[in-house]
Amino acid sequence: MTQANKKRRVDLYALTWRLPIIVWQFLFFVGPLVFLIAMSFFVVKNYRMVETFELASWERILSRDYFWSSYLYTFGMATFATVLATMLAFPASFALAFKVSANTRRWAMFFLIVPFFTSYLVKTFSWYVILAKTGVVNSLFGYLGLGPYTLLNTWIGTMVGFMTLVLPLLVLLQTLSLSQVDKNLIEAAHNLGSGRFRTIFNVIVPSAKIGLIVGALFCFILSFGDFVSPYYLGGSTPQTLSILIIDTTKSGNQWPRAAVVAICMMVTLFVIAFTSIVFAYRKPKS
Amino acid sequence: MIKDGVISFFLKAYLVVLFIFVFAPIIASVIFSFNSDRFPTIPLGSFSLEWYKLIINDPDIAKAAITSIIVAISSSILATFIGFCTAYSDYRYDFRFKGPYLALALLPPTVPLIIMALAMLAWLSKFGLSGSVLSIVLAHTVLCTPFAMAIIRLRLSQMDTSLEAAAWNLGASEWSAMREIVVPFARPAIISSLCLTAAVSFDEFAVAWFVSGLNKTIPVVILEIVQGNIDPRVNAIGTFVFLTSMTLVIIAQVIFMKNQNKGAVSG
Repeated sequence: MTQANKKRRVDLYALTWRLPIIVWQFLFFVGPLVFLIAMSFFVVKNYRMVETFELASWERILSRDYFWSSYLYTFGMATFATVLATMLAFPASFALAFKVSANTRRWAMFFLIVPFFTSYLVKTFSWYVILAKTGVVNSLFGYLGLGPYTLLNTWIGTMVGFMTLVLPLLVLLQTLSLSQVDKNLIEAAHNLGSGRFRTIFNVIVPSAKIGLIVGALFCFILSFGDFVSPYYLGGSTPQTLSILIIDTTKSGNQWPRAAVVAICMMVTLFVIAFTSIVFAYRKPKS
Repeated sequence: MIKDGVISFFLKAYLVVLFIFVFAPIIASVIFSFNSDRFPTIPLGSFSLEWYKLIINDPDIAKAAITSIIVAISSSILATFIGFCTAYSDYRYDFRFKGPYLALALLPPTVPLIIMALAMLAWLSKFGLSGSVLSIVLAHTVLCTPFAMAIIRLRLSQMDTSLEAAAWNLGASEWSAMREIVVPFARPAIISSLCLTAAVSFDEFAVAWFVSGLNKTIPVVILEIVQGNIDPRVNAIGTFVFLTSMTLVIIAQVIFMKNQNKGAVSG
């Protein structure tokens, strides 16, 4: 009743439902992104953008050391956040998938969706207050006779922000993929005398590979593009690419240069996404 | 050999710690909003409604709230409509380039918001639209549509394909089958989608910040306050926003869950 029943005929009725997204996305999604590429070849003269085709912005940005150091820093932080978040999330997802009741799991999933709909800005501000020199964390350390530590305006602050951003989504995706793992497979591994950790790494992780990689990919995309944590919790030094875009656009009014930075980010993300998807779906060597 | 029970216990304890970490900033912000100290620490100061009084009497915040509500309602309606059309096309038809078609519909969340923001700003400025409330609506619709599409598609996948076919056999036109069968069946998902996309729009700040100009939304106001200094008004506004979003999310969840089990028979 499924494939055979779907029609290939195109008529007014079919078009009514098919067209809106095409029109809308071309006008307001593909359009802007293509224009972004075009804009990287424009130049700014007397504070006005002139539509032309010049490589000035590309040469300018790609020849600057601050761009490359910022690129490396952003890439490094996003990679670190991805590894850290994956390691932090895995035991929790494992517990949710295998150690709790179905009812607890359902509630946990609901509570993992909740943070997605709470303001990231407010959460960041909250961390700002909690992590401050006189904040909650340092006064707790104070009772233990430690600190105060400088947590804000360091990479630690940025990481706390990134984790707040990515952990709920990551645990959600990991739990979903771990729950799909065939329980009989795990049972079989145990019966064949495979130890606990060996079962996890040789049976569970390979079976849940796609979900785990997609989760990590989302982690990378989110932390690579985020400007709030590096700006407010990391003190924006060193600059990340997203902060560079904001500065160049807002104070510099150099939209073409900002476009160059944005395109470099997009290309990086595209390469990373493509590589990880290929890796995720690659057949295991036997 | 360590006992399974012990490992289980530590894993569950770890799970609790992780949830505390995720929810700490949200809960802290609600607590701080009722706290008299400008720089909250332990022990907390006294209970106070000072920050709430400040924001209620602030005309800028009231104006931003109205803008936010207008934007959230408009973009949730647009996104849900477009999402419905796309979900239905995917459910009902096979066609050439269906892969690219779906990719086009679902890709926006994978583009970093800051890049969308810059691209939108440049594109809308070209047509003289940036700085208007409309520009925020257009941009938010792009960001919200994939969610609407996903929720409605999930619901449609529970609908028996023969249901529509039966209506045609009984002489209904495709349009009236849509009106009498498909839309009523998808209604819970449509309502959920309206709520969730409104919540997404209500919290979005990056794109809104770039394209909004003087028509700031609530998150943009928060962003600007935060840029200044530690100002506990943010906690009070944040608590308002949190309650609004949560109400929407819970309504969406309840409606969707309640109808999840009602299959094709009652549809």
